[in-house]
Amino acid sequence: MIRLEKRPQPSRLWTAAAPLIAVILTMIVGGIMFAVLGKPPLEAIRTIFWDPLFNPQFASYSRPQLLVKAGPLILIAIGLSLGFRAGIWNIGAEGQYIMGAVVGAGAGLALYPSESVLIFPLMVLAGALGGWAWAMIPAILKTRFGTNEILVSLMLVYVAESILASVSSGLLRNPEGMGFPGSRNFRQWDAAANEELIAGTGLHWGVVAAFIAVILAYVLMARHIQGFNIRLTGEAPRAARFSGVNPTRIVVLCLGIAGALAGLAGLFEVTGPAGQISIDFNSGYGFTAIIVAFLGRLHPVGILLAGLLMALTYIGGELAQLMLGVPGASIQLFQGMLLFFLLGVDVFTNYRIRIGQGVAA
Amino acid sequence: MDLSSISPILLVASIMVSATPILLAAIGEMVVEKSGVLNLGVEGMMITGAVVGFAVAINTGQPALGFAAAALASAVLSLSFGFLTQVLLSNQVATGLGLTLVGLGLSSLIGKPYEGMKTPTLPKLDLGPLSDLPVLGRMLFSHDIMVYLSLALVAAVWAFLKYTRAGLILRAVGESHDAAHALGYKVVRVRMAAIFFGGACAGLGGAYLSLVRVPQWTEGMTAGAGWIALAIVVFASWRAERVLIGAYLFGGVTVLQLNLQAAGAAVPVALLSASPYLMTIFVLVAISARGNHGAPASLGHPFHATQ
Repeated sequence: MIRLEKRPQPSRLWTAAAPLIAVILTMIVGGIMFAVLGKPPLEAIRTIFWDPLFNPQFASYSRPQLLVKAGPLILIAIGLSLGFRAGIWNIGAEGQYIMGAVVGAGAGLALYPSESVLIFPLMVLAGALGGWAWAMIPAILKTRFGTNEILVSLMLVYVAESILASVSSGLLRNPEGMGFPGSRNFRQWDAAANEELIAGTGLHWGVVAAFIAVILAYVLMARHIQGFNIRLTGEAPRAARFSGVNPTRIVVLCLGIAGALAGLAGLFEVTGPAGQISIDFNSGYGFTAIIVAFLGRLHPVGILLAGLLMALTYIGGELAQLMLGVPGASIQLFQGMLLFFLLGVDVFTNYRIRIGQGVAA
Repeated sequence: MDLSSISPILLVASIMVSATPILLAAIGEMVVEKSGVLNLGVEGMMITGAVVGFAVAINTGQPALGFAAAALASAVLSLSFGFLTQVLLSNQVATGLGLTLVGLGLSSLIGKPYEGMKTPTLPKLDLGPLSDLPVLGRMLFSHDIMVYLSLALVAAVWAFLKYTRAGLILRAVGESHDAAHALGYKVVRVRMAAIFFGGACAGLGGAYLSLVRVPQWTEGMTAGAGWIALAIVVFASWRAERVLIGAYLFGGVTVLQLNLQAAGAAVPVALLSASPYLMTIFVLVAISARGNHGAPASLGHPFHATQ
């Protein structure tokens, strides 16, 4: 009989190997899926994972895209990972991302058409505040009333989407837009534009912020007492309480950071790659970032790598749509499968397989 | 605003229709949670049920077959969650989220060719003299069979949990899996069965959305219904009869806000369309402020026999 035996310590080897195995399994099952759809499996996998980086025909365009897409994913996932470490499940990052963009864009548009250099920093601040405030709703409801943060943060995504639809055809609509929904285009307004910093790299302020977040999160988790408290709360909540960790403070801290980072991501996206507030400027980054956080093992450096990989599946997925006519939804399924396989393979991190001894469970 | 355009008879009738998908999903999830498993993948299972039910109903011309296929497809999908959480002992919250992401991707992949199509819908059940009753007939007795089936399902779950031995075992597994295991009950098997049942119910709920309530297929059409179903289980304090109340309450809010939008109420449209979600938050707060009574003690904890 096969049975599982709990390891005294999670295996370090498997912690690192599990994401790689999950990626390979996803490639295999994804290949089968493409074959079922009548697409050449090997070519599809190569188009997604290899061509955007190394095919001379596409690489010059798609390499910079890697940073453009990875930036918001990393930024949001870093914030989420702090909460996940502490057992706080904020899954409403998409809503915080939207509200960051709406508040930040609103703060900027109120000052249009000024060309002051202070406008962009002001918008960044407002964006972070918007996301933070939106995340404080589940945080306060959880700490005051014990309300489940999973459901509240998720419900707020739908509320944020309603607000987005409302402002993009109302309050923030471009008065010169001939009645079409959507705000002014920030890329045509120098004071508010989030331009590429080094031409041809895709590097914009959002990506810079993501790198800074990775470093700060690393320092926080590895060196700072609050990082220790966060980990302790997640791993041994009772011990954390006995040692004087204030759970309310951890909830407010984790949700607040996650909200602010998601809000920043939204603001950078709306002033840069997306260009304007529109009904569907948000592209599900808040949800994909959940996968990124887990794939990166809730570790800042891991999240950096996982964000780049997930960005690759977006770009490669678009390329595969274009070249092979692979349906766009299959990429979404691909990303979901990746999380599923990772969670499955993870059993080896915490358990050892024993064969043929003892009584089966 | 012209409130007289809202007919109370039609309002009650459409509340019953609008509540049915959430009711089906919620009663299934309640059974899963009673067994001690938290499956956050309801949204993913619902939307899979919606697309499979729609596709099968179009291809066979039989809505009944659509419902059956939807229940089966979502139940099979839920087994992947069961395998990961019960056999491979993965984190239930993360795996449930993964199930939702997989379901959303899978459904839009399957559903692409069916966008904009129309299916045959379920016929109204002829309840003879009951349907001919003056006001009540139109309100309560002029629906399709699924509305009554969902009500029967609530009653069946209630009786199962309260009066049967199997229901007692299910509750025991949810309250203390270690004690249930020590008594010789197969914890994993009971939980897998519960997960399978929950998946089938969510699939039926999804199919009701795409075959009766809307009735067409659009990407992401569940729009949070699965999450509202999860909230209703909390609202109901894990009791079947209160799940019914909860689902009809939320069905009521959904229908009322649509009616108010149509009547041109002097309330911003964004506020109206967000109202079911706001209401969910409000109710969750009110419930948890009183303290979370009734949650199965082992809810969300992984079970490993040789720990």
